[in-house]
Amino acid sequence: MSDTDKPFRLLPRVDDTNEFFWTGGKDGELRFLRCQTCGYYVHPPSPICPIDLSKDLAPEAVSGRATVHTFTVNHQPWIPGYDPPYVIAIIEIEEQPDVRLMTNIVGCAPDDVYVGMPVEVSFDHHDDVWLPLFRPRSA
Amino acid sequence: MSERAAVISGIGQSDVGRRLYRHPLDLTVDAALAAIEDAGLTREDIDGLATYPGNMDTPPGFSGAGVVELQDALRLNLDWYNGGLENPGQLGSVITACAAIASGYANHVLCFRTVWEASAQGDKGRASVTMGGGGRGGGFRAGGFMQWSLPFGAPSAANWIGMCAQRHFHEYGTTRQQLAQIALNARKNAALNPKAIYREPMTMDDYLNVRMITTPFCLYDCDVPADGSTAFVVSRADAAADFPQPPVHVEAIGCAIHGRPSWDQWDDMTTMALRDAAAMMWQRTDLTPADVDVAELYDGFSFITMAWLEALGFCKKGEGGPFIEGGQRIARDGEIPVNTHGGQLSAGRLHGYGFLHEACVQLRGEGGDRQVPGNPEVGVAAAGGGPLGGCLLLTRR
Repeated sequence: MSDTDKPFRLLPRVDDTNEFFWTGGKDGELRFLRCQTCGYYVHPPSPICPIDLSKDLAPEAVSGRATVHTFTVNHQPWIPGYDPPYVIAIIEIEEQPDVRLMTNIVGCAPDDVYVGMPVEVSFDHHDDVWLPLFRPRSA
Repeated sequence: MSERAAVISGIGQSDVGRRLYRHPLDLTVDAALAAIEDAGLTREDIDGLATYPGNMDTPPGFSGAGVVELQDALRLNLDWYNGGLENPGQLGSVITACAAIASGYANHVLCFRTVWEASAQGDKGRASVTMGGGGRGGGFRAGGFMQWSLPFGAPSAANWIGMCAQRHFHEYGTTRQQLAQIALNARKNAALNPKAIYREPMTMDDYLNVRMITTPFCLYDCDVPADGSTAFVVSRADAAADFPQPPVHVEAIGCAIHGRPSWDQWDDMTTMALRDAAAMMWQRTDLTPADVDVAELYDGFSFITMAWLEALGFCKKGEGGPFIEGGQRIARDGEIPVNTHGGQLSAGRLHGYGFLHEACVQLRGEGGDRQVPGNPEVGVAAAGGGPLGGCLLLTRR
């Protein structure tokens, strides 16, 4: 499917603080800021580690493996181009479960999604943004 | 001094309805003047003004008037004022007014909240009352929190709270049939409230067969956009003898938030921030949940009311489903009457202020056909969901 055939997506405003996150998919990598002194992943991006107050933070790739923390099957046509039903989920990343992302679960029927489902990242490219979506993986 | 220095000396409410197509400031002055008159005051007596969320253009209809518009419309001379969105829920503005009274910054604070979401929505349906969305971008890019939700087609708190409810269903086995009782109870009470928007009976079959919005929420789990304004006068308790109405006393407030201030990063999505606000309120009083005669608990989405029931200790954590099952416990003649005016689900989305208004009505014994039996003496009003929560414990004494 070419880019012009893709359904419309509202995109984030990319700036110096979040570019590593929204463009990681270009290299196939899901990246988060990580404290270089204590190893804590900080999300959303912040200038300071909330654990040890270090300002030495740098983007690092994670495995892309995650678990569905919760989800909802959306049936309401809120936004033109987003055709229901689709699954909105909050996933927790394998490396640090208190880092969560709101995302879509793709690659399976909405009714097949469940809390605790193992998933892995899959990027959806639009303009200068790679949206991290998640699809089922074997546990 | 504590919040017990403050009383609610007057209450007022404008016309409430769907698509009134009246200027929101016009609704606001109706509510404000009614509250001032109810307190036996004139506008010259008002020296404080507080509102939520303050003036903002979007989402359409979410804010009907800010401090500046109402102050200028009534030419108030203020010693203290406050308006803003970064508050512990919609009633955070009233809690802040209590602090101003206790501090001696003001004697009579007028608090107000105006919405005109029904008129703003017009004929465009629910899609026009979300926190963003709409249109084909046109260069629009999402910033702040919305960058994490909008790209994934999750513009609405219905989606975010729906996921809180789903997590509760997962952890505790809660069911849609249980959750339905919040909506059915609201509708039953709305039938007795002449100002409620939807008053015709609703059955469990109606609930289970209406269209889904975002699982586990169907249409009837979501509140009804409305137009209307609600106002209170918060006054010094030591002026109480002067009031024509018996004032409603503020016994304790809760406004704590100890977790991450976020819809999706919050540690326990089944409690939301309501947990911390409720815990703080009980720490500030000798009263207990068993003393409460009437509970007016925010229902922007049905699940939030159930979460407030748990947070406030009317039942144990996770047991909200069995507690409301069948609906008898939360009925007007049940052990803890809930949302006696019909809540936002049936009476209309006055966004938090409607619950405090109804708590005052009940404690003053002015509920008419919907008055809770037995002269209620203690009430709780709570508003907010997700990372927002504020509550007040009120007494008639």
